Amino acid sequence: MTTLVDQPPAAPAAGARPPRRRVRARRRRIALPYLLLLPALALELLVHIVPMLVGIAMSFRKLTQFYIRNWSAAPNAGLGNYRVVLDLDSAVGRELLHSFGVTVAFTVVSVGAAWLLGTAAAVLMQPVFRGRGLLRAFFLVPYALPMYAAVITWAFMLQRDTGLVNGLLGLDGPDAPFWLIGGNSFWSLVVVSVWRTWPFAFLIVMAGLQNIPQDLYEAAALDGAGWWRRFRSVTQPLLRPVNQVLLLVLFLWTFNDFNTPYVLFGESAPREASLISVHIYQSSFVTWNFGLGSAMSVLLLLFLLLVTAGYLAVASRRRRVDA
Amino acid sequence: MGIRQIASAAALALLAVTAAGCGGGGSSAGNPKELVYWASNQGTSLDHDRRVLEPRLAEFTRQTGIKVKLEVIGWPDLLNRILAATTSGEGPDVLNIGNTWSASLQATGALLPFDDATLAKVGGKDRFLGPCLAATGAEGKPPTAVPLYGQAYGLYYNKKLFREAGIEKPPATWSELVDIGKRLTRPGRWGLTLQAGQVTENAHHAAILGAQHGARFFDGTKPTLASDPAANAIKQYLDLMQVHKIVNPGNAEYTDTAKSLKDLADGRAAMFMNQASAGSFQAVGMKMEDLGVAPIPMPDRFPPGGRKVNSFVAGINLAVFADTGNRDGALKFVRFMTSTEQQVALNKAYGSLPTVKDAYADPAFQTEHAKVFQQVLSGTAEPMPQVPQESQFETAVGTAMKTMFADIAAGQTVDAATIKGRLAQADQQLAAGG
Repeated sequence: MTTLVDQPPAAPAAGARPPRRRVRARRRRIALPYLLLLPALALELLVHIVPMLVGIAMSFRKLTQFYIRNWSAAPNAGLGNYRVVLDLDSAVGRELLHSFGVTVAFTVVSVGAAWLLGTAAAVLMQPVFRGRGLLRAFFLVPYALPMYAAVITWAFMLQRDTGLVNGLLGLDGPDAPFWLIGGNSFWSLVVVSVWRTWPFAFLIVMAGLQNIPQDLYEAAALDGAGWWRRFRSVTQPLLRPVNQVLLLVLFLWTFNDFNTPYVLFGESAPREASLISVHIYQSSFVTWNFGLGSAMSVLLLLFLLLVTAGYLAVASRRRRVDA
Repeated sequence: MGIRQIASAAALALLAVTAAGCGGGGSSAGNPKELVYWASNQGTSLDHDRRVLEPRLAEFTRQTGIKVKLEVIGWPDLLNRILAATTSGEGPDVLNIGNTWSASLQATGALLPFDDATLAKVGGKDRFLGPCLAATGAEGKPPTAVPLYGQAYGLYYNKKLFREAGIEKPPATWSELVDIGKRLTRPGRWGLTLQAGQVTENAHHAAILGAQHGARFFDGTKPTLASDPAANAIKQYLDLMQVHKIVNPGNAEYTDTAKSLKDLADGRAAMFMNQASAGSFQAVGMKMEDLGVAPIPMPDRFPPGGRKVNSFVAGINLAVFADTGNRDGALKFVRFMTSTEQQVALNKAYGSLPTVKDAYADPAFQTEHAKVFQQVLSGTAEPMPQVPQESQFETAVGTAMKTMFADIAAGQTVDAATIKGRLAQADQQLAAGG
């Protein structure tokens, strides 16, 4: 691309008007990058920005089944949808708050565990040993499996009466625990989610480790640093930029995860594991109230924007302080 | 190219995109020799449906010269597909809808109303079974669809288990059902199986028992879920697991029909309340000579206001998309599918009930099972509330019941006050949605 732009204009032909030509060439040089960006920009608008704006517009309307055929006829709700959603004395508001709390707890536990597992595995897989490649590939299996098939399999395994989990634990009969309903359902969801996301953490941390120069470890070893000390003082600081992005991405994915709970529990999740994405789906698609669902989505978007902005601000300040 | 030019280019792109999105409208693009038909999944698989329907559609093409493009859509997707079609105006010409969605879809205006003139074109109102026609939209408005397949609930039971226990006939009242259920429950076997984790099934049983207790879930279109009769009805249903212990608490996890069918076929449960489903029983390996069916029990003594109801009018309706470009062809197709000959052939293949009176003369609907369902459908079945918020009602009540079953399975006690609290919450959700 650069070579194209930097190409000198063709040698001026004799008798032509050089200054105007040069102006045109310069203009072309300035315009080219934008022209090249345009398709991407248009697609970005189409795929992300426009639906988002439509969603925001929907949240200010009373868009129920009476109006979905002709959205423009939907009466203006003003802040009505938000008032319903945020009214903690009403069933709708209370349920949303509950679901929000569950989602925060789920995200913290799930991201923490996925990160911990991924880092531990990546660090342990760093020294060369026989079968390392095979093990690394094996660890990536959950990430490579089709999501739907994998989670359905979990759902089968977690059945109380016929599932593999209770079978392996030797729990049978009327006192066997439930995994897909009641309090345990939260932990089932966490386990399945961690199982799905930790290979990603593993992959990213593994890639990050390849960039740490080996001589740093050698120098540290010469100074008498043990394994833990080397991990704390060499690996962790040098992985920080990788971890910053990794944690943010994991957080956003996990917080917004719809597929795992939907496939695991069906269209109505147990209260203890009612993640906000499924809750919003229920509020809009199952009950045909797209205005209310959009209002919840916009609030979710605002929350995620706030957290992301805060996180990035803190992270970059720390980087500046460190530097 | 400055910022302003980029901005205007972007705006232009945006405009082009939105314009493309708004365009369109018709479905078969107005071709009078073609129809697009969305069929619901009535058979044991989508493929089974195609095998049943294709010869029928070929017959229609032979008679009229109109080609029908068939798409069979599974239940988890059908409603979302219809909503998407409604929103975009890009949909089929003719489609199947669950009849409980009638009033909800009617409110969207996406479906062609069958006023008297339109009904006359498909053979007239009087051909159809009255209860089925009552489940085609809000009262006082022209039907939003015509009935295609009739369904009703019945109590399936395993004759072999009954025989072994010396029980001669299926229960006719709830106390008999509980009594028989207790006699048949022993380690590894349960008197009754329920799809307690299935939202819509729960809601259907709440409606049936609700009618027996005299509950009305809507006052006009205003939700009135939290009534004593409704709470009592739901308590009676929950108590089958909670108090009488004739239902495996594990059923709280049952989110589809297959597991209950299998329990009955394998002798792990003796009774199961379901819509006519002989074909599905056969598919899971039930010995068909051991399969009996009876109407769902009635109360021993009706509470005040209780209605003699033991099923809702279940089934599938056939609707025409209002945006169709081939209304004439679509109505011809509706007339064809509801003709006596096709009704016999289709309902025979699916094990459902014809929705037109003439079809019942056929010997296929004179069997013992068919007669039970037929009597229920024509005599003691009541349509689900025909209000726009019906689907919200099913979701709210069904989910609440699913949660309470989960609580019971976990060993907690659910009493009438708790139930009424949950129903009051459902009322609020519905009110916020409306």
